[in-house]
Amino acid sequence: MIWLNQILQGTLLGGYYALIACGLSFMYSVMRIINLAHGSLAVAAAYALFVLSDTYELNPFVALVIVLPVMALVGVALQRLVLERAKRGGTLVPVLATFGLAIVLDNALFQLFGADTRSLAPYIDELSYASWQIGDGLFVGELAVMTFATAVVMLGGLQLILSRTQVGRAIRATSEDPDTVGLIGIDGRRINAIAAAIAMVTVGIAGFFLALRATFDPYAGAPQLIFAFEAAVIGGAGSLWGTLVGGIVLGVAQSIGAQISSQGFLIGGHAVFLAVLLVRLSGPLGTLTAIRLVFRRSRK
Amino acid sequence: MADTLMELGARPATGALLQAAGLSKRFGGLQVLSDVEFSLRPGEAVGIVGPNGAGKTTFLSVLVGAHAPSTGSIRFAGEDITALPAPERCRRGLVRTHQIPRPFSGMTIFENVLTAAANGGGLNGAAAGERALAALEASGMLSLSNRKAETLGLLDRKRLELARALATGPSVLLLDEIGGGLTDAEADELVAIIRRVRSRGVAIIWIEHIVHVLLQVAERLICMDGGRIIADGAPEAVMRHPAVIKAYLGGGVQ
Repeated sequence: MIWLNQILQGTLLGGYYALIACGLSFMYSVMRIINLAHGSLAVAAAYALFVLSDTYELNPFVALVIVLPVMALVGVALQRLVLERAKRGGTLVPVLATFGLAIVLDNALFQLFGADTRSLAPYIDELSYASWQIGDGLFVGELAVMTFATAVVMLGGLQLILSRTQVGRAIRATSEDPDTVGLIGIDGRRINAIAAAIAMVTVGIAGFFLALRATFDPYAGAPQLIFAFEAAVIGGAGSLWGTLVGGIVLGVAQSIGAQISSQGFLIGGHAVFLAVLLVRLSGPLGTLTAIRLVFRRSRK
Repeated sequence: MADTLMELGARPATGALLQAAGLSKRFGGLQVLSDVEFSLRPGEAVGIVGPNGAGKTTFLSVLVGAHAPSTGSIRFAGEDITALPAPERCRRGLVRTHQIPRPFSGMTIFENVLTAAANGGGLNGAAAGERALAALEASGMLSLSNRKAETLGLLDRKRLELARALATGPSVLLLDEIGGGLTDAEADELVAIIRRVRSRGVAIIWIEHIVHVLLQVAERLICMDGGRIIADGAPEAVMRHPAVIKAYLGGGVQ
């Protein structure tokens, strides 16, 4: 029963990881950009929500309605001012530029808000701890279920946009061949700005759930980025439903790790991530060979 | 007022749909186009020949806006389009195909063509779908609509390139060596498609090395060499022009 519970809670936690990984994966798959400022942008959105809820006493859900359009504009600005210019310098420059942006954002948040940890949990009444009983000794948090459902709806929505709408098709065409789209009347710059706006809206939603379910501080971006990365890589970078699977695998690995040892939460996740990475990079046979080599060496 | 008069004077005098004046292009120290004068009537079919490196592809690239000219101007449908970006020229009806077909390989053939109809053709919903189907039918691709573009062979890739261009609703279609690499039978099939497109009033500018294929469509021939137009006129006359013979055979033949 304990294990079943851990798997269930891990799966729900995976929904959050899928949320945070969604924008990273989307940006990588359609814009070929690895955005190292991803986590910091989510935390910045969380702070914006916190200010609206705390200072202006808005319901966090109302605050979200205000913050998401702002995040879309942030996406357009990010694309026009940073990513578009950085991409002209090759594949490495966007990575460095977004790394720099993460440092600037983290420290700007520290300057503005200090080192205190914050959370939106106090502003949503009993939703932060309410739960449903679904069996003998099995409880699921209402917020956790809501997070998971949001992840499914968001990933499904993105999938629909990409496969069923003209904008989505233009985004896919632009991601495949940015030089050719001009020939069929697509303005690649405009399409990339729209894609960045969509990615930042998902980042805003991820920041919202980060703030609801946990505490955050100005330097919380880096760990969020790592979780997003791990979920995206486990699920196969660039695949949207894969991201959900990756998030669940990561969440379950962490929960089971935590059950095995009190230090096991992060280690469980990292171990699965490294194992998946090893298999992906060298294939199952290559991995076996590598393991055999390690054992042979250790025997000598 | 003066502007309007000039505007009126420039258009009907030539009756040109597309007009290039004093077009030059330099890449660093390399002069690829020098002082090209060109005009195209609505519905006209012009072939462009010339040795490799003559500037033919660059000429097309400058016309559609993939490269900005170093000097000179381009007018299309009575307006100066020299400063317009490539997607906007495409939406106005100046559409080009690539020498090496570049389909969006992760998308189906229908999606490839639909995207062209929606963006280049400015159509929505059902209208875009109908235009895409018409373009697929015109280029003989209808039965392959649901296949992924990455599975296509060379002829079908070229047909898709053509279908995608047609879906944008061009008034001038610029073809860059679309017959290259095809067998004679395949080339004939392509020629039949292009003739049908032409019969609907679409003007065509076609670069091709295989002259006998080109002449099945082109009523006027241009020969380029060293970034200049060295001959322009009826195909037989151009092929017999001393400068053309010299460009192809070199200067040493007496």
